Order: sequence, then structure tokens, then C-alpha cells
Amino acid sequence: MEIVESTNVYAYKLITKKDYFAPGHRACQGCAEALAVRLVAKALGRNVIVASATGCMEIISSPMPFTSWRVPWIHVAFENAAAVASGAEAGMKVLMRKGRVPKRKITFLAMAGDGGTSDIGVQALSGALERGHDFIYICYDNEAYMNTGIQRSSSTPYGASTTTSPAGKVIPGQITWKKNMPEIAVAHNIPYVATACPSYPIDLVEKVNKAARVKGPAYIHILSVCPTGWRLAPELSIRAGRLAVETGVFPLYEVEYGRYRFTEEYLKIQGRFRHLSEEMIDTIQKRVVEEYEKLEKKIKMTEGD
Amino acid sequence: MRKVLTGNVAVAYGAMLSDVQVVAAYPITPQTTIIEELATMQADGLVDMDYIRVESEHSAMAACIGASMGGARAFTATCGQGLFLMHEMLHYATGARTPVVLANVNRAAAAPWTIWSDQTDSVSQRETGWIQLYCEGNQEVLDTTIMAFKIAESLRLPAMVVLDAFFLSHTSEPIDIPDREQVRDFLPPFDPGDLWLDPNNPRTFGGITMNDAYMEFRWQIQRDMEKAKAVITEVHEEFARVFGRKYHQVEAYQAEDADVVIVVSGTVASTSRDAIDLLREKGQQVGMVKLKTLRPFPREEIIETLKGKKKVAIIDRNFSPGATGIWAQEIRNALYELPEGDRPLIYGYIAGLGGRDISVKVIESIYQKTLKDNRPDDVDMWIGVNYV
Repeated sequence: MEIVESTNVYAYKLITKKDYFAPGHRACQGCAEALAVRLVAKALGRNVIVASATGCMEIISSPMPFTSWRVPWIHVAFENAAAVASGAEAGMKVLMRKGRVPKRKITFLAMAGDGGTSDIGVQALSGALERGHDFIYICYDNEAYMNTGIQRSSSTPYGASTTTSPAGKVIPGQITWKKNMPEIAVAHNIPYVATACPSYPIDLVEKVNKAARVKGPAYIHILSVCPTGWRLAPELSIRAGRLAVETGVFPLYEVEYGRYRFTEEYLKIQGRFRHLSEEMIDTIQKRVVEEYEKLEKKIKMTEGD
Repeated sequence: MRKVLTGNVAVAYGAMLSDVQVVAAYPITPQTTIIEELATMQADGLVDMDYIRVESEHSAMAACIGASMGGARAFTATCGQGLFLMHEMLHYATGARTPVVLANVNRAAAAPWTIWSDQTDSVSQRETGWIQLYCEGNQEVLDTTIMAFKIAESLRLPAMVVLDAFFLSHTSEPIDIPDREQVRDFLPPFDPGDLWLDPNNPRTFGGITMNDAYMEFRWQIQRDMEKAKAVITEVHEEFARVFGRKYHQVEAYQAEDADVVIVVSGTVASTSRDAIDLLREKGQQVGMVKLKTLRPFPREEIIETLKGKKKVAIIDRNFSPGATGIWAQEIRNALYELPEGDRPLIYGYIAGLGGRDISVKVIESIYQKTLKDNRPDDVDMWIGVNYV
């Protein structure tokens, strides 16, 4: 994101104009996830095979007889984008070895939302990461089951009001802390893990490029602001993503880090946190600081490895 | 070449001779020796494939679908609980028109926990759109595995090879191993045409449909399942021409002049052949019909074979709680359209659940009961069960 902040060059000159995720899809206004998908597709180019999980991005991009995909794309089910990608990758390896398909570099991309990744898809993902398939897995994290109508997932942040963790008179919304999915990916000892956010497009594209160059599994966790589910004005999507990073709520790591700032600003533009008490905001702030410090320590610990 | 092989190793030989390209599998008793044998074959360089040691049966089928959509020949094996876990993906494999081949070692369903044989796992997948091929012996297991790829790929429908747990999976028999080059001529590599995940010709697969398109996809599956009956017969005939062994969707044994016909599937067929021979020696007019395909159901052949018989006794090593055995349902369904004079009385028997033996004696008792009773019971008879 330093690039975005410190250069006078417009992003379109740094990123290809060619789109492999076509416009005309059915995402909501201000959907940062669709923007992230578009950037990922730009980064990966045409020699890619995409396996998508069920979710917003599947629904909005593939309504028969239309498609937004200009690359081969398959949707199989909710819980197994990683398994489908591992099958496609394995098959292609054999077909190239046997000369049935000409040898060339093909990137395999598995993609899912936070539910399809950290809840129902975590087993298939863990298996594929552990087996070492040469593929990229991208989690587009909009912090709830948005496609089915804003139900909580294990990636929903503490305090957020959703339709299945509503802020009521007794229970103040989501009472568990967001599952740290990138850390789970790191635990598989794979070559590359990164976090990204489409509010920082060049950073995101660079990370995807890096993931594609890596031999073996790569995992990118992309915070994807969802105005509909976050109770946020669509024009604030990019700003919310920036705030998430700047406040340390969603630190970008591996390549760049978010500048630290008070969490409240990030929370107060979102309707889903409208009900939070000062006390709860303090609790969240404390946790953010803790998590950020832990991350800093890990970075220091592994420096020079 | 002849070898003494268990049913499971025969499956592995079938897959290896078919030059399978991707195997994605998860271990489960009593399927394990299939995937162990394939791993050994790969390690010894007998087959050039990619072996994905997935973390579940669900992912096994998902990976097979991914591989098949990428144009590779994909195979997996499972049984019982594993097949149940795969269920969602079985439907998907059909809808995506991926010719995946699966060997299912029939294992009964929990609870209570069991690893013994019955057909509940495979018959529970009746509506998934998989071709289901049941086997009587280990030679048939090996041959059917090879034929399953040919049938599946020519229809772009998935196919299941079904063998009884332990009675076949862990029992050794002398087997004729087909010549590898002959198998290659019989079964050329899978050609997905232009319907695969090709970056040069990008397509979207598995997108969302509305109510104006979905039924047409389902209709195509039904149309091709009907076509499958002729395709299976053609493949059986071609196999017989090349390898000298002939299989049938419906095989009649001593049934021509029989008053009572016993209908069976799987290993019960080989026991029944002995039972029929013994009864024939005693002058009984009894015959047997062995069914190989549950899906597509060979309705026309069944009608032709059983038309005009007096009594038909169906042995189901499975049942549908609250209804009857699955084969009995299917046969009643098919024969209903015969005029009353041609329509046999149907006697349903449930036997051998959870691996309980269906011996010659059991089959004889089924025959005697069928012969004696003027009318079938209202419900299937449970053979050898201690009604408590």
C-alpha cells in the first residue's frame, strides 16, 4: 500500500487493462469482493483454471447462459474448492507428462468466501495444503454468510450483529472472536501466505503474482468489504478496507503492514457495530493490539530465516 | 496370464490396465487393499498416474471430478460410510457429466457399526445418476472395471463397479489377466472433446441455472441413461469378442422351463447356481436370473425374461425401511405392465444383511417357501432373522 500512497502514478498504468472477470455481473453496489476477484483475475491472466466454491461470487458471475469468466471456471460445491483444484492440478500434471496436453505453465486457483474457507471448507483446504499441490487458494473474507443473507461465520468479528448473531437485549451480537485463518494456513508450512485487501490494489496484485510464482500451495486471505452485510454505505467500501488495515484490525502482512490507528474509527462507520458499548470497543481494541503485537513478534522471530 | 487374486486386487488390476491417470482415495475397511495395491503399482512404475491421498471420501470424489473435468481418466474406491459421505458429490459427478469410475465394496450401514457386506450403501445411491454394475466373482470384477471406463466415457456418465465386502473383496480366485495392449486397443485414452477446463477455450461449468434451464440438463441425463442400456450391451459384446468372456445385464440360468425363478445379484448368484443345480437334480423346475445393472434398470430385458413365469422370488441383500427390498421394488415396477396372465407372482425376501451368510440352504428354503405359498406375503419375508 505504500506504493499507492507514495506514487503519483495512476493504478491503471501499473495494472493491466485486460479483464478476465468481465463486467456485467450481479454483485451489489460497492462490493469489494467483486473488485478483489477482478484484480486477482487481472493478475493471473489467461493461463489459469479456477475452481470456485458456492457463494456470492459463484452466484453473481455464472447465471446460465451468462458468465463473467473469460478463463476456464468450475463450481462444484460449497466445501471443496480446494479438493476440486487439487484434482484438476493432478490431472493436468499427468496429461502434460503423457503429452496429451502441451506443456506450459497453468495456474490453478481455488477460491471461496470466509464460510467456504474457515467453516465448511477448512478440511478440504487443509488436505490440499498439506499435500502440497501447486495451486493458489484465495479466501475472500466478507466476514459472514452474505450470499444467504448475513449469517455469522467463524470469520465474523466479535460484536458484529448478523442475522444469526443479532444484537439483542441480552446478547450483543457475535460473542466469539474471528478465527485466524491465515495463521491456520501458516501452520501448514506452505511456501506463501499473505493477507490483502482490494483497497490496496497494487499490493493485492503483487501478492497474487508472487503466489503464482511460488512452487507449491499459496494462501491469500483477502478482506472483502461487504456494504450490504456490514451495514455500510456502498461508497465507503474502499475506505472501510483502508481503515481495517490502518487501524490494525486487519493487518496486511508478508509484504506490507498497516499503520496503527485507533480501532473506533473503523467500527463507527459500520451499522453492524452501531450498538457497541464503550466497554466492548475497548475490549476489541485491546484484542487488536494483542494480535498485532503477536504478529510483530512472529515477524521479528522469523526475520532472516 | 493367470493369477490368484482377491476381488480388491482385481479392481486394482482393472484400474491399472485401464491406464487410469488420477486416483483420489481415502482408506476405509474393506476397500483398503484396492488403494494399497494401486499405490504399490504406482511405486513399482506399473502405472503412470497421480495419486491424491485425500483427507476424506468427499474430497476424493471432488478431486476426481476436478481431474475428469480437466480431461483425465479418474478413479476412486470406497464403501459404506465412505460412499454415504460422498453422496453429495455423486450427484454432482453425474450433473457435470464426468465419467469417473468408482469401485464400491458393499458394506452395511451404521448404526450399529459394522464392516460386513450388504447393498444398502450402493442402492442408497440409486437416484444419483450413476451407472451401477454388480459383480458375481473376481474375474467379473476385473473385467467390469475395464468395461466401466468404456461405458462411462462413451456416455459421459459416472459408473460404479459393485462388489460384496469380504465374499469378493478378500476372497481369492484364479483370474485371467487381460493383455495390456489388448486393453489399450479396447479402451483408448479418455477424449473429453471440447468440454473440459481448457485455457485455450475457456468455459464456465457448474454455473447457476434458473427454472428455465435446469430441467433440460436433467432430461439429458435421463435420455443418456436410457441410451446406456444399448451401450452396455455393445460394450459387453465387444469385450466378449476381444477377451472371450460374455456378460449380461440380465442373465438367465436354467430359467427357460422354470416355474419358479429366483432373482439375485452379486455373489448370491454364484451360490444360487449351486442351489439351482442341486434342486434340478431333485427334479425341481427352478431357475435363476442374475441382475448386473441396477441403473440403468434393464426393464425391457426383465420383462422379456420373466414374462409368463408362475412365481418369481427376489432375494434382496438390502431393504428400504417402510417399503421393500430395492430389487423387488424395481422388478414389481417393471412387470406391472404385463397382462395378468403373463404377470408372475412376486415373492420378496430380505436376506444376508450385515454379511449374514446366504448359503445354498438359505436359497433352498426360499425356493421351498415360494413353491408352497399360493400368494406372496404382504411384506417381504426376512430370512433367518430372529423376530424379537
